[in-house]
Amino acid sequence: MTLTAITEADTPFLPRGVRTKFDSVRDIWVLLAPERAVKLDPIGAAILAEVDGTRTLNEIAGGLAAKYNAPVDQIKKDAGAFLMSLIERRMVELR
Amino acid sequence: MTMVAENETTAAPGTIPAPSVKPPMAMLAELTHRCPLACPYCSNPLEMTAIKSELKTEEWAEAFKQAAAIGVLQIHLSGGEPASRRDLEELITAARDADLYTNLITSGIGLTEKRLAALDERGLDHVQLSLQGVTAESADEIGGYKGGFDRKMAVAGWVEKQGIPLTLNAVVHRRNMDRLEETIALAQQLGARRIEVATVQFHGWAAANRAALMPTQDQALRAREIVNEARERLKGELVIDYVPADHHAKYPKPCMGGWGSTGLNITPDGTVLPCHAAQTIKGLNFDRFPEKSLRDIWYDGDAFNAFRGFDWMQEPCRSCDRRGKDFGGCRCQAMAIANDPYATDPVCSKSPFHAELVAAAEADSHADASELTYRVSPR
Repeated sequence: MTLTAITEADTPFLPRGVRTKFDSVRDIWVLLAPERAVKLDPIGAAILAEVDGTRTLNEIAGGLAAKYNAPVDQIKKDAGAFLMSLIERRMVELR
Repeated sequence: MTMVAENETTAAPGTIPAPSVKPPMAMLAELTHRCPLACPYCSNPLEMTAIKSELKTEEWAEAFKQAAAIGVLQIHLSGGEPASRRDLEELITAARDADLYTNLITSGIGLTEKRLAALDERGLDHVQLSLQGVTAESADEIGGYKGGFDRKMAVAGWVEKQGIPLTLNAVVHRRNMDRLEETIALAQQLGARRIEVATVQFHGWAAANRAALMPTQDQALRAREIVNEARERLKGELVIDYVPADHHAKYPKPCMGGWGSTGLNITPDGTVLPCHAAQTIKGLNFDRFPEKSLRDIWYDGDAFNAFRGFDWMQEPCRSCDRRGKDFGGCRCQAMAIANDPYATDPVCSKSPFHAELVAAAEADSHADASELTYRVSPR
């Protein structure tokens, strides 16, 4: 398997054993994975909230752009880079 | 085992005040000290808890609830061999009911295909399977259990079939380090998402086997190269965590991410520890659950507060610009070698005991020793 960059037509999803949780003790969202707990900042949490395994990166970026009134190209780039960093750590997969 | 905490924010060392006590991220639950294997580097204490003293199902369930309430996100069900507990199924339900990410740390012995399916149904999140070697002969010699390797391979297959994410925990030492590339290849072959390559830490049982298991410096250097190369090559396929042989390092590891800062351990009888070897430090008072709540123990327990912050430190740690990075290193190692738990970890090149530690490791790594002292199971 060679790691290829995410494209806007890819549909990211959280594989089994990876999930988000609202941590009410710390008042933040966290991403839980095998032997890892990653604290999410509000942007990371917002991106992962859109990752439902049915929508493409293109659709996710479009949704976030409308919601936060931000340029879609910038969001596509940021969300892509963020998801790619999680793909490298096997916390996100693509279909 | 590495700690799960991943703090995404780090401040520059030397510029920060001692941090206030934060909620724990993870809890290691040693459900039992019983184990079919007898690995000569077992991290259980030399004096093990007897079966009759183990916490009951309901007590563990209450511990899981309290842990979640103070901020624990992940529970690691370990041992001994957790599958030796007949109530493992119920304990997994209890952990998931407490909304904890539930990890099973197992040798695989005691698991059947049917039992794994039951654990899966109860919401087990992840399995960490130990590996003693890449061949049946070498692995079973270390585990002291004939047929163990073949059984593990079967268990790995069942885990994969259930779709539960798998980590292979490969403990490495002088005898198997030269087969690290094959070890990583085996993890790929078994469909593991992650491999932990953990060099034996020479505490407890392992201390008796230093002369037989201490890796050579060449092996440690080579292992680092192999890990770095494999990490790059397998990015996105296999996550590789590496615990190096710290006898060859210049600076100590931030043991437990800092004492009492990220995780806690509970032994089979409910004794709550800042790290699994903490009982080797004389003079510390350890509290027991359920006599005291986990919240009281975490925030106010003597043992947890003993090495928090920087005030306990001596020189050269006290004024060192790395003190916020490695927290003076391992307290248990300071106890073992410097005979002072407040001393700088002798792994540190600034420690007056460093030369002695390096010389001893070097001598042990070239010792002509083949006899292993195996761990003995509790009654």
